[in-house]
Amino acid sequence: MKMSKSFKMLSVLMIAAMLVIAGCGNNNAKNNAGGNDAAAGAATDSEAIAKIKERGKLLVGVKYDTRLFGLKDPASGNVEGFDIDVSKAIAKKILGDENAIELKEVTSKTRIPMLNNGEIDMVVATMTITEERKKEVDFSDVYFQAGQSLLVKKGSPITGLDDVTKDTKILGSKGATSIKNIKEKVPGVTVLEFDNYQDAFSALKAGQGDALTTDDAILYGMASQDPGYEVVGEPFTDEPYGIAVQKGNTDVVKAVNDTLAELKTNGEYDAIYTKWIGKAPAK
Amino acid sequence: MEFSILTNYFGLYMEGFYGTVLSSVLALIGSFLIGAVIAVFRITTVRALRWFGTAYVEFIRNIPLLLVVYIFYYGPSALGFTLDGFKAGTIGLAVYTSAFIAEAIRAGIMAVPKGQMEASRSSGLSYIQTMLHIILPQAIKLVIPPLGNQFINLIKNSSVLTLVAGLDLMYFADSISTETYRTFDTYIFVALFYLVLTLPLSYGVRVWERRLQRKY
Repeated sequence: MKMSKSFKMLSVLMIAAMLVIAGCGNNNAKNNAGGNDAAAGAATDSEAIAKIKERGKLLVGVKYDTRLFGLKDPASGNVEGFDIDVSKAIAKKILGDENAIELKEVTSKTRIPMLNNGEIDMVVATMTITEERKKEVDFSDVYFQAGQSLLVKKGSPITGLDDVTKDTKILGSKGATSIKNIKEKVPGVTVLEFDNYQDAFSALKAGQGDALTTDDAILYGMASQDPGYEVVGEPFTDEPYGIAVQKGNTDVVKAVNDTLAELKTNGEYDAIYTKWIGKAPAK
Repeated sequence: MEFSILTNYFGLYMEGFYGTVLSSVLALIGSFLIGAVIAVFRITTVRALRWFGTAYVEFIRNIPLLLVVYIFYYGPSALGFTLDGFKAGTIGLAVYTSAFIAEAIRAGIMAVPKGQMEASRSSGLSYIQTMLHIILPQAIKLVIPPLGNQFINLIKNSSVLTLVAGLDLMYFADSISTETYRTFDTYIFVALFYLVLTLPLSYGVRVWERRLQRKY
C-alpha cells in the first residue's frame, strides 16, 4: 500500500514538473522572437561609404569554418576562401587597396546581429538570400549560385538526381531543408539523417548510404577533403548566396554590385570560382 | 503544451517507439546471454578464461557507449561489409550492457557466503549441483535489483541509435522537432514514451524482489 501511494505521488509530481518546464520553454521562445525585431537603426545613404573611407578599412564578417568559402588555416592563422577573395575585391573597389580589410568571424547565428550592431560593414558568409532575411538586411546581387546536389563515391552508378530511386539510400543532416527537398523530388526515398555533415560524410565513407545531399557548395568542400568522392549532376534547387549589408545602406549595396559586375566582365570572377570550386561556373 | 504534435505525428512517434522497443528487447536478450557467459568466465578456475573475462569487462565498461556503437557502425566497412544503424546500435548496446551485467551476476554469486559452497560440497553434492541448487537460487535474489537497473539503463541508452540513424524514438523525435520548431514539447512526449517502458519495469523489479525475499 505504502509503495503504491508514494508511486502515485511521484507520478503526479513528475507530470507537474513537466508542465511547469514546458510552460517556461514557451515563454522563452516568445521572448527570443521579440528580441530579433529590435534591429539597430541604419545609417543614411553615402554616410556608410564615407564611414568606411574614413576608417580606411573594410570590416567583413566571414565564416572561419567552411571549407572553400571561409576557412581559417590552423597552421598559418590565415583565413582563406571564395568569400575572402570576393571581400578583397570589394575592398579594392571602395578603398583602392585589397588589403585594407579586417575579417571577423561570424556564424549563421551571429551574422545578422553583428551586422546590425555595426560591428561589421557587410556579411560575406555563404548566406542564402531569403524573403525572411530581406526583412532584416539588404542583399547584393547573387554572388554565388549554390544549389542542392549529390555527393557520391567515384564510380557510383548515380550520376544525377535522375538515378535516385526509391531504393537509393540518401544521407543528410538533421533539420536541413535539403532533406525535405529530396523527399519531394523522389517520394518514398530512404533518407538517413545525421547530427552534422561530418557524421553524414563518415557514414557515406563507411558505405552506409549511396549519396549525400546538401548545398553543392558544402559538397565541393567534402570532395576536396577526399578525392575518392565527387559531386554529380546539376543542382536541383536554387540557393542564391548574397552579400548582406545593414538595411538602408544602398550606397554600399551599389558598390558591392558594381564590384560583382566588374569581376564578372573582366573574368576575375571565373578565376576565383575556378580557384576554389575547381571548375568554371555554370552559365 | 502542444498536444497536436502528439496527434499529428503519432505515426512517426509509434514508428520510433517500435524501433526503441525492438532494439531494447534484442539487446536485453543479447546482453544477458553474453553477460552470463562472461560472468562464468570471471569466476572459473581456468586462468585463460578468467583473464579474457576480466579484459572484456574492463575494456568495454571503461569506454563510452557511443564509441562502442561507432565501432560497429563505421568499423565493418574496413572488413568489407556494413551493419545498418539499427543493427550496429543494437549490437553495440548489447555488448556494452553485457559488461555491466557480467559484473552484476558475478557479484551476486560472490556474495553468497563461502560456507554454503563448502557445506554442500562436504554433504556430497558436486560443484555443478551446488551451483544450481544452493548458490544460484540465493545469488538470483541479490542479482535481480542490479540487473533490473541495467535493463532500465539499457532502454534509456538505446537513444544512442539516433546518432547512427538507427530509426529509434529519438531519431524520429529529432525530425519532428525540426519540422514543428517546438523542440521542448516534442521531447516531453518522447520522455513519456520512455516512461511507459521504464516505469513498469522498475516497478516489476521491485515486486519480484519482494516475492523472492518472502520465499527464504
